[in-house]
Amino acid sequence: MALLDKHAILERSPTLLLAFSLTVVTIGGIVEIAPLFWLENTIEEVEGMRPYSPLELAGRDIYIREGCYTCHSQMIRPMRDEVERYGHYSLAAESMYDHPFQWGSKRTGPDLARVGGRYSDDWHLVHLIDPQSVVPESIMPSYAFLMNAKLDGDRIGDLMATHRFVGVPYTDAQIENASVDFRVQADPDADWDDMLERYPNAVVGNFDGQPELTEMDALIAYLQMMGTLVDFSTFVPDDSR
Amino acid sequence: MDEPRIDQLTGRPTMGHEFDGIEELNTPMPRWWLWTFYLTIIWGIGYTIAYPAWPMVSGATAGLLGYSTRGEVIADIADHEASNAALVTELNAADLAAFDPQSDLHRYAVARGASVFRAQCSQCHGSGAAGAVGYPNLLDNDWLWGGTLEEVAYSVRHGIRNETDGDARYSQMPAFGDMLESSEIEALVAFVPTLADADWDSAGAVLYADNCASCHGERGLGDRSMGAPNLADAIWLYGGDSASLTETISNARFGVMPAWGQRLSEEDVRAVSTYVHSLGGGE
Repeated sequence: MALLDKHAILERSPTLLLAFSLTVVTIGGIVEIAPLFWLENTIEEVEGMRPYSPLELAGRDIYIREGCYTCHSQMIRPMRDEVERYGHYSLAAESMYDHPFQWGSKRTGPDLARVGGRYSDDWHLVHLIDPQSVVPESIMPSYAFLMNAKLDGDRIGDLMATHRFVGVPYTDAQIENASVDFRVQADPDADWDDMLERYPNAVVGNFDGQPELTEMDALIAYLQMMGTLVDFSTFVPDDSR
Repeated sequence: MDEPRIDQLTGRPTMGHEFDGIEELNTPMPRWWLWTFYLTIIWGIGYTIAYPAWPMVSGATAGLLGYSTRGEVIADIADHEASNAALVTELNAADLAAFDPQSDLHRYAVARGASVFRAQCSQCHGSGAAGAVGYPNLLDNDWLWGGTLEEVAYSVRHGIRNETDGDARYSQMPAFGDMLESSEIEALVAFVPTLADADWDSAGAVLYADNCASCHGERGLGDRSMGAPNLADAIWLYGGDSASLTETISNARFGVMPAWGQRLSEEDVRAVSTYVHSLGGGE
């Protein structure tokens, strides 16, 4: 009982109790979190992952602003039902350029981690304007107002520089050409070869069917990229996880 | 503060404090609770030995049981596939043109296809396959590209007007807004809905014969070899009112379907085609 009697000292002093609780939680936190920063297998190396193109990055900001993550996750867990419905389970590498990540925690709507290329641009457009017109049982609200919110992309380079500051490896060339790349991705008639070289597998298109570049273009460009970047033909799963 | 003393009634020591005559007993934790607590600590240590846990230099300890979430999902899927392997082999070898709807294999294909349909197809064609504006109804007899099981399977496998499959079904209606006067388009919009019982002497009829009949047929019955819809029935993919028809004739439509052969396994393509074919419109 000697040890339990010593414990009584902590129980009788709120300040000591607070200090010792903090110590215990800190040790737990260090053991659980710190290794992730040095373990080599935290983020596997995969082929094809790249930083988001300027238009995709703008779309991602709209995704966050509209709170899409409250109803849609971006995390396919390694379970048979999820893998069969949504595709290959998500890899840490696929969200390594996300600041913050969009894994989400609730699926009122389906998981979106691999929604890219699954539907046509036109489907996304109709669905975002009036979800019930294609999925009558859906409870998703309308995002038709994105059609009216024009974007010029003049400041997108600043946003990319900020992402570079927190660790996304944007090159100087990518930041210099940010505004141009931003515009040509939403214009199939423009010269987007250089943009595609900087951002392989980006989807080019006039997503909203309007001459102006709007938030709808940006959001659909982002959606059509999601989960399509990793080249799974060269992916060898590391079994130690 | 009073000294701890032994309480007369319970025989327990007191904590040694007293407020308004109320004292607190210093009762120890029940033994069973304490031992359960110690056991959980021992269990926890054993768990970290058996399962991946402790972070080391390049990775975490693997654990004696060799468990991994990825290994588990792969084994899970392999188990499931093994249990269906015989049916899948049979389905992949089946001749779709002569698929017996009474057979067990057909029942399996329909059940498997129904789950594929819900996961992959329902977002456009509807969970009940009744379609939406721009996305065809799969329950009726009105097929754009053909309604036999083999033709449905071809549409599923290669898709329609996509850029990823060279064998995709492809056709493109011209945008007549550039070729016809707006008055001529108006005449066509007035004429086309009356095709089933048309006045063949009207101005619209002449325009129809010159511009539309080569694909949609002389009497508007369509042509499945190029996916030209039947215009003489009451089924409209993009709407049959004059505003929708004006839009369709002026700017044309270009409905796209992905090539599911690139995304689904062979057995899933066959299963979902069988399911769609079984919905009522199959020929």
